Amino acid sequence: MSQRMGNREGRWAWRLTGFMTLLVYIFMFAPIAATVVLSFNSSMFGGFPMTGFSLQWYGKLLGNEQVLAAFRTSLWIALMTAVVTTAIGIVSAFALTRFEFPGKQALSTLVILPALVPETILGVGLLVLIKAVDQPRTLMLLVLGHILLAVPYVVLVAQARMVGIRRVYEEAALSLGASRFSTFREVTLPLLIPAVVAGALLAFTISFDNTSASLFWRPAGVETMPTQILSMLKISISPEINALGTVMIVMTVGIPLIGGLILQSLTKLRKRREPKEEF
Amino acid sequence: MTKGWTLYDPRLAWMLVAPVLLLLVVFLLLPIAMMAVYTFFTFVTAGVEESTLTLANWREFLTDSYYHGFLLKTLRVGAMTAVICGVLGYFPAYFIWATSFKHKWMLLLLLIVPFWISFTIRTFSWINILGEQGVINVALLRMGIIDEPLRMLYTEFAVIVGLVHFLLPYMILNVYVSLESIDRTLIAAARSMGCTGAQAFREVTLPLSLPGLAAGLLLCFVLAAGSYVTPQLLGSGRDALFGNLIYDTIMGQLNWPMGATLSIVLFVVLGIFAAIYTRYMGMSQIVKGLGG
Repeated sequence: MSQRMGNREGRWAWRLTGFMTLLVYIFMFAPIAATVVLSFNSSMFGGFPMTGFSLQWYGKLLGNEQVLAAFRTSLWIALMTAVVTTAIGIVSAFALTRFEFPGKQALSTLVILPALVPETILGVGLLVLIKAVDQPRTLMLLVLGHILLAVPYVVLVAQARMVGIRRVYEEAALSLGASRFSTFREVTLPLLIPAVVAGALLAFTISFDNTSASLFWRPAGVETMPTQILSMLKISISPEINALGTVMIVMTVGIPLIGGLILQSLTKLRKRREPKEEF
Repeated sequence: MTKGWTLYDPRLAWMLVAPVLLLLVVFLLLPIAMMAVYTFFTFVTAGVEESTLTLANWREFLTDSYYHGFLLKTLRVGAMTAVICGVLGYFPAYFIWATSFKHKWMLLLLLIVPFWISFTIRTFSWINILGEQGVINVALLRMGIIDEPLRMLYTEFAVIVGLVHFLLPYMILNVYVSLESIDRTLIAAARSMGCTGAQAFREVTLPLSLPGLAAGLLLCFVLAAGSYVTPQLLGSGRDALFGNLIYDTIMGQLNWPMGATLSIVLFVVLGIFAAIYTRYMGMSQIVKGLGG
């Protein structure tokens, strides 16, 4: 009897869990869906009700020179950030997982700090520093700032992957006479490719998306995509912003998804070619 | 180059971490140290300060209740956001972990997708839900339930909704990672010893998932309390948080010493919460949660 009671309770608890999960997913995606739908609204005002289907806001967007300039700036900054952060992050993660050295623990903690300290504080800090040494705000500074913000994520992703790669492969290559550098290039790096791709994509999106810190660090007159959106929102909620949002969503969700799919099919191909290894 | 070096020589390790270390020192540690020094500088006029040392900024902060109000409100909003995220986030984390649904990677992927969508866009998209011409108001007006639009946008409620929306994936992933590390035979053992499902959950699953929940709560609290964009977009002037105060002090009033003081205050206050957390939980859970 009590068993059956328990089962019934359990079923209800499970249903409640499923229902709450559904609500949370709706909560997560409803605003995004509303934005995408509204971007096709023919109404002059950026809101409901829908008055008809139109692509005019996308057309207007294409002719908006400010938006295009901000887009190019952000793209350039994000590419630079992705390349540099991945390079320096991967070698750091390699050192942090493979080596024992004094101060390693402290360094591991220090590396994730930029992800935990609020951006406003990081933003002010860097500004105060360059004011103290009398340097101007430059694009280079903005890129280096973005690299700082992306480093924790790249290092963590690479470390997680590196822990799973047994060091015997590297040591075998070394004992067979390969140099350290060619061991890293021929053995470690190929095994790390998923972390490299994931880290680079992560660094790209962190930079492309960064708002608060960029507001502090950008040189006068330079707008990145997010700061451009913020200044457009200050004027009014126009349907053009919804169109811009939709373009950005398609881009930022589409690129990693396609990247992931390519990666998946690559590993599948490789698996088919090589016999499966078991430990 | 490696002659006379051992296989895992510390010197090589330092060479490998050098670029990241340099970056962290110059862009993270030095700025915070410089900021701490700036809190003792004298404010002359907008954009100008003297390096004459003074306690005036700290005195102003400690005696002016205007600042205390901001700090308390920020901590309150951060705490409310974290708790709501904890309550709402536990259900999906548990569901994804326990479900026998074949494509549960899709449910996980859907949680990661928001990280790819611009944070600014996710935040302003709430205007389309909560605004006067948003989904809720238009629907309720059409159905005749209300006569005039409800004021939801530009309130503290909207700010918290926006923050919860931004931080929920962090919470769900943290709890999920910690559920995933539970040895499932423990639950089977509890059941075979006569526990009901509810008891097994209360006595085994829930306690073992608490580290993830705690890490999620800390992360949500710190990120919410440090936010700038969300209150800016979804709140009115009265709903501004400490981050907005800092921004206005530096970029608006150009009072750099006071702005540095406020930044250090926020840094220390949030640091205390993080320190209490690591004292009891350690750093490893946060690392797992961030690394996904």
